[in-house]
Amino acid sequence: MTDVRLPGTLTPLFPGLTRHVEVEAGTVLGAIDQLEERWPGLRDRLVAEGPALRSHIHAYVDGERAGLDTPVADRSRLDVIAAISGG
Amino acid sequence: MPKTVLIVGTRKGAFLFESNDRRDWTMRGPYCEGWPVYHAIYDPKTGSIYAAAASEWHGSSIWRSGDLGETWEQSSEGLSYGDDDGRKISKVSTLARAGDRLLVGVEAPGIFESRDDGKTWSILSTLSGQHGSEVWDDPANQPPGHLGISGFVTEPDDSENFFTIVQGIGAFETEDGGSSWTPRNRGLRRDWPADWEDVGFCVHKLVRSADPQRMYQQNHVGMHRSDDAGQSWTEITEGLPGDFGFAAAAHPHDRDTFYVIPVDGGHGRTMHEGKATVWRTRDAGSSWQPMREGLPQQDAHLGVLRQGMTIDKQDVPGVYFGTSTGQVFASTDEGDTWSEIASYLPAISSVDVAIVE
Repeated sequence: MTDVRLPGTLTPLFPGLTRHVEVEAGTVLGAIDQLEERWPGLRDRLVAEGPALRSHIHAYVDGERAGLDTPVADRSRLDVIAAISGG
Repeated sequence: MPKTVLIVGTRKGAFLFESNDRRDWTMRGPYCEGWPVYHAIYDPKTGSIYAAAASEWHGSSIWRSGDLGETWEQSSEGLSYGDDDGRKISKVSTLARAGDRLLVGVEAPGIFESRDDGKTWSILSTLSGQHGSEVWDDPANQPPGHLGISGFVTEPDDSENFFTIVQGIGAFETEDGGSSWTPRNRGLRRDWPADWEDVGFCVHKLVRSADPQRMYQQNHVGMHRSDDAGQSWTEITEGLPGDFGFAAAAHPHDRDTFYVIPVDGGHGRTMHEGKATVWRTRDAGSSWQPMREGLPQQDAHLGVLRQGMTIDKQDVPGVYFGTSTGQVFASTDEGDTWSEIASYLPAISSVDVAIVE
C-alpha cells in the first residue's frame, strides 16, 4: 500500500477524506485515480488538462520530486503538497 | 415575511447578508473555503446559490448551496476543454440561469452549461467562427487577468435567447440556445483600430431594463443605450464624470432609470476625485444625477467591478454595491441615500440580491 499524504486544503471539499490515505497504485496518477474512485471530483482538484499536476500542486515520492507518471511502490510514501503561493 | 439576501463574492470566499427590513443586516460566511469567487448568484429557478470560484491550488469549480449557505458542495465535472484541446480553463468568471440551462462563462473564452443544476457540466459554445475568434481562441493570446466570457444577460425562463460578452471583443446574442451567435455591437464607440466592423469592442457590463427592448451597457469607452433589444446602440455618456466604469444596474420597473459607477480609466480604476458616487439617470441617459448622500466624499478611492452592483425588485427597489476594498453600501430609496452595511470584507468581485420567503 502506498501511504498518501494530502494537503489540508483538500479535505474540506470531500466528506470523509482525511489527510492520510492508503491506496494500491503503480504511479502517482494511479494513486490519484484511486482516490478519485472513492471521492469523485478529487482528481480535478489536483490534475489539470494534459494531464499534468496543477501549477501549484507538487508531488514527492519517498522525498523525491515526482510527476504524474512517477512509479510508486508498495510502502512508498506519496506527499501531495499545496505549494506556498497566493496571499 | 420575505427577507432580502445579498450574495457577496470576494477574493476570499462568499458571504451572505440577510435583512427583514433592508436596514439591519446579519452577515454569514465566509463560504467556499475561502476560494477566490469571481461571481456568486442566487438562482430563482432552484432557490440555490451558485459561486464561480477558482483556487490557485485546486483549479476552477462551481460551488452550490441549496439551503441559503448552510451547506455547500462543489463540482467541476465536465468543466474542461479536455487534454488534447490546447486551451485551458484558468478561471470561471460568470454565472447565469437561462431556463433549463445553468451557464458558466470561463477563460479561455467559452461557455459551459449544466442541465442538472450544477452537478455536471458540458461545453455549450466557444463562439468559434465569429470574426476574431481565431485570436481569442489562441492559447498563447490570453492576457493576464482576462475573464474570457465576462457576462451574460438572460431571462430565468428562456433557455434559447440570451446574450453573452467576450471580454475585449463585444456582445453576442443567441436565439437558439448557443448554437449560433450574432454580434450586437452596432453603434458602439471604440477609440482604437479594429480588423472587423462587428467585433473589437470592450463591453464591460450589459443589462436589460424593465422593457426588454431597452438595454444599457457600460463600455470601456462610454455608456450606451439600446432601444431595439441590442440591435443598435447610442452613446449616453454626456453628463458623467468619465466614460469608463464596470458596474451598472437597471431599474426593475422603470425602463428609463439606470445606475452606473464611473471610475478612472487608467491604472487606478477608482471613483473620481476620491468621492464615492453612484450616478443615476431618470431619462434614459439624457441627464445624470450624482447620488452621494451617505457615501464617503473624501479620500474614498474605491473601485467597483463589473458584477459589483445589483438592484432588487421591491416596489421601491434597493440598490447595492460592493467595492474592491471590501465595503458594501446599500440604498433603500433608489439611490437617494446610502448606508454602509459592511466595512471589512475581502476584495469584492460580485454582489447579487434575492427576495426569499
